Amino acid sequence: MPKATNADDSDGSDGVQIDLISGERMENMATMEKIRMILDGVHDGNIVILEEGLSPDEESRLIEVTMSEISPDEFNGIEIETYPKSKANDSSLLGRIMGNDESTAKLTVIGPANQIETLHKDETLISALVSRD
Amino acid sequence: MGLFTELKDSISRVTDRLFSEQEPKRIGIYGPPNAGKTTLANRIARDWTGDAIGAESHIPHETRRARRKEDVQIERNGKSVTIDIVDTPGVTTKVDYEEFTDEMEHDDAIRRSREATEGVAEAMHWLREDVDGVIYVLDSAEDPITQVNTMLIGIIESRDLPVLIFANKIDLDDSSVKRIEDAFPQHKTIPLSAKEGDNMDEVYDNIAEYFG
Ligand SMILES: Nc1nc2c(ncn2[C@@H]2O[C@H](COP(=O)(O)OP(=O)(O)OP(=O)(O)O)[C@@H](O)[C@H]2O)c(=O)[nH]1
Ligand SMILES: [Mg+2]
Repeated sequence: MPKATNADDSDGSDGVQIDLISGERMENMATMEKIRMILDGVHDGNIVILEEGLSPDEESRLIEVTMSEISPDEFNGIEIETYPKSKANDSSLLGRIMGNDESTAKLTVIGPANQIETLHKDETLISALVSRD
Repeated sequence: MGLFTELKDSISRVTDRLFSEQEPKRIGIYGPPNAGKTTLANRIARDWTGDAIGAESHIPHETRRARRKEDVQIERNGKSVTIDIVDTPGVTTKVDYEEFTDEMEHDDAIRRSREATEGVAEAMHWLREDVDGVIYVLDSAEDPITQVNTMLIGIIESRDLPVLIFANKIDLDDSSVKRIEDAFPQHKTIPLSAKEGDNMDEVYDNIAEYFG
């Protein structure tokens, strides 16, 4: 899997780098490490795909840190899409008390707001347009 | 209000506080930019306290600081509930100052976007630390299934905060309350027009019932 440090390789080329990050790799990371990894990738213009997504608390911190890094003409923030959790009941109180391993496992796509545009989204498909800049 | 009535009023509010079991609950008004949060907060505050909370505008990110109105006492069916209302900045994952440049000077647009980002961060912080319940306001003429709405409702649920969804702007032709009910079937949705004051009785009944 490409590391953030490989991002330099894509500079100068025409491609858009996509980082697919496994649930396993995220498992032992602290919240801020995950957020740093995501935002470092996005700052480099990459599309970051998380196999297992973030917990609600991590999402709330991701929004907060993203806001603190927005800067006119440089960084407009992020576009983020996740598959809806398999409907209704898995956000039950019991489910959450039992640990939210299951309920946070949702594929998540994150990219720079000025480069990624969601074209279509439904329960089984996310279609996005990625521009080089 | 005259000084005397004001004094009497605040004394009776203090005694109310002393004899009630708990502090008034802090109810955060959340939702995407431009949904009508401040219009709603102003209407509630005006109806029950006589004064407003903040400025409303068709330009998104008008509210860029969380604003609290304390001790809003709502009378319902002979009972009275007291809440603090917190009007928060609209939440988003992106802010582009160029969206404002049609409406204002370049420097003002940049300042607005900078304040907006601080405001969103502040709103997230309040949600994690400082609110006891949430009124989630949506513009019912817009598609409710957005990533921000899904994430925020998820964050609110994960904190086990009581939440009511307000389907605002039912006076608009494109309004669809059903679309909101279908998107968030796990929560109670109440239709209203904060601007026109439509269906406010049901709004207050529910606020009293949920947050009282
Ligand atoms: N038609 C209609 N317009 C409304 C209603 N409520 C609010 N508006 C309008 O929607 C716009 C946004 O209202 P605000 O109350 O400023 O929205 P907000 O959610 O506080 O927005 P931010 O502070 O920018 O996040 C204003 O032009 C309001 O007049 C409503 O019930 N019906
Ligand atoms: Mg506002």
